[in-house]
Amino acid sequence: MRMNGADAILRSLEAEGVEVMFGIPGGAIMPTYDAMARGTTVRHVLARHEQGAGHMAQGYARASGRVGVAIATSGPGATNLVTPIADAWMDSTPLVCITGQVRSTLIGTDAFQECDITGITMPIVKHSWLVQDVKEIPEVMKAAFHVARTGRCGPVLVDVPRDIQESELDFTYPDTVDLPGWRPPRKVHPLQIRDAAARIARAEKPVLYVGGGTINGDACDELRELAETGGLPVITTLMGKGAFPETHSLFFGWPGMHGTKWSNLAMNTCDVLVAIGARFDDRVTGKLSAFAPGATIVHLDIDPAEISKLREADIPVVGPLKKALAELTTAIGGHREAGVPAPAAWVERIEGWRDEFPLRYGKGGDWLKPQKLMETLQEMTAGDDVIFTTGVGQHQMWAMQYLLTERPRNFITSGGLGTMGYGIPAAIGAKAARPEATVVCVDGDGCFQMTAQELTTAVLDDLPVIVVLVNNGYLGMVTQWQDMFFDGRRSHVDLSGGVPDYVKLAEAYGGVGILAENESEFESALREALSLGRTVVIDCRVDPAEHCFPMIPAGAAAVDMVEYEDPVEATP
Amino acid sequence: MKHTISVLVEDKPGALARIATMFARRGFNIDSLAVGPTERAGVSCITLRVDAEHHSLEQIEKQIHKLVNVLRVTELAPDEAVERELLLLKVSASPDRRAELISTSEAFKGRVVDLGADSVTFELTGTPEELDAFQELARPHGIQELIRTGRVGIARASAKKTRRLSALN
Repeated sequence: MRMNGADAILRSLEAEGVEVMFGIPGGAIMPTYDAMARGTTVRHVLARHEQGAGHMAQGYARASGRVGVAIATSGPGATNLVTPIADAWMDSTPLVCITGQVRSTLIGTDAFQECDITGITMPIVKHSWLVQDVKEIPEVMKAAFHVARTGRCGPVLVDVPRDIQESELDFTYPDTVDLPGWRPPRKVHPLQIRDAAARIARAEKPVLYVGGGTINGDACDELRELAETGGLPVITTLMGKGAFPETHSLFFGWPGMHGTKWSNLAMNTCDVLVAIGARFDDRVTGKLSAFAPGATIVHLDIDPAEISKLREADIPVVGPLKKALAELTTAIGGHREAGVPAPAAWVERIEGWRDEFPLRYGKGGDWLKPQKLMETLQEMTAGDDVIFTTGVGQHQMWAMQYLLTERPRNFITSGGLGTMGYGIPAAIGAKAARPEATVVCVDGDGCFQMTAQELTTAVLDDLPVIVVLVNNGYLGMVTQWQDMFFDGRRSHVDLSGGVPDYVKLAEAYGGVGILAENESEFESALREALSLGRTVVIDCRVDPAEHCFPMIPAGAAAVDMVEYEDPVEATP
Repeated sequence: MKHTISVLVEDKPGALARIATMFARRGFNIDSLAVGPTERAGVSCITLRVDAEHHSLEQIEKQIHKLVNVLRVTELAPDEAVERELLLLKVSASPDRRAELISTSEAFKGRVVDLGADSVTFELTGTPEELDAFQELARPHGIQELIRTGRVGIARASAKKTRRLSALN
């Protein structure tokens, strides 16, 4: 069918089954926006900043398991997408970014709104294309979606010069991709499974260390089967949170810098550490050379380059986790039936640590404690289909510790890149993916101010989200580090001063603003927010003196955790 | 420990930039790099000499192989491959010193490709070590300009099996 390049982009998105894209128009992408005006089945959500559009696409992808699509113009539109692309790269979120580019004849001349976005993003994309001929559009779009979602998921970029959007082609969408160099593993080696199963089944102190790859690989049911068949304790990373039900008797918390002490003790005492779609991030391991000393490492991942990148794997298992875990379960089940016992004593020992080193915080004073806030949020939403998103910092870590996630894709956060401001746009994208779910963004006051403009999008595009603003008037995590590691010299972290007025700001954006200064106010505010079905910001004034514990100081061994100090004085 | 890696890539825009960017980003060191066409249309070969002191060869290879345009990654082990490099060297040579230089170059199967009033330009092909040796012998005469292509290599027919790194794991 004869059409122009812009129409071809939309027909390609439709052929891929894309439901929604997030973006902002501008000069170089105008032909494609004009094509949207002429008609498409793909919903377009108008963000207020391209970074917002990118994070919305990420939130959509994480909540749905489908590829997120963001669209922007050349130059500043494209550079504003760089943060979401980097974030998607670090957290392996499938993302297709489409950017307009200046006319082909102007490329390289420093034309208005020209920038080399394929060059800028080269280190943070799986692949990118600068379309040089309109006839390439169908095959490039097909390849872009294929690369984004196969193998280890991640972001790709398609940069389309304006004149190419305007040129004509005969459109047919290809059935297959022609990418001879892109062959992600599709099978698992049976010998690797056999070795891994034998070692795990015989382990006295095994731990399953589960990362976000398990969710990306749609392997959460298989993970549960594996844990239950083998009687194996499960610890999930921040990105893996939700991969395993957090009220399950074999669930044992979260590892790393602000993980729970019992989890870190288990990880660092185990004899067989089974990494599943996890990558030994420094925030998990602490001092790498002191991490899980003596443990046999079984590493399952779809990305061969993750095997032995940081910690030498004794038994690598490369392939799709869904298959790998299913085959591992069968093999371990065989060992169990043959009489190799499950590590019951070890599980009891971790339970003992959990009783001995629970999460603690001071309950004194009139302040609303952020941890108490999280507990209330957990209690009042338990059992409902609630998707939590977060920004980055103390509130994020408290959310990890207290919001028990029962299902995959219900806890959405920026892990690897640690992008402040991720929460609100990600929540909007998640709402677009699953309108029937309640979406709650747990945000900090620092994060909120980085992307708050997207509340407009939430209101106008009917994607209501609840923002629980954990407002301590500080860039809290930086403050905590200054207090702990910089002799308490607080440098440019004070956000208090009554500006902005978050309640009025929420109202200005067309939402509802509610102030909560203590526990009972928070409860009633949350009850109201959950019943309204509107975009609500609850400005929760929490204790500014509260720091997030336990904590492994950067570079320290995981076992050298700093715990919450008793007694905690109420802040005057 | 240094290794020679032969990388077959699709001849697409940015293919070389992607490899170079990845090396820079991950802190891998490249000693030399040579790019050229192969027997297959649309496929180029990049020969990389890498220093795997701080990163394992396996990790470097896997990161290269993740790039979408990369078709194959092979290590050229020293005893199982032929490696060659080309040198162009302009050396100061007054007429009375030329004979000595030219006879030295002949020992290395070099040839004179340009003569000036006070200089001779040699072309040499050989193993990188042979080129090093000739370079040192020419140095006392006064090297005016020197350029080397970086090594290229091919597996020997006798090599039992080319170590195809990309097949690892």
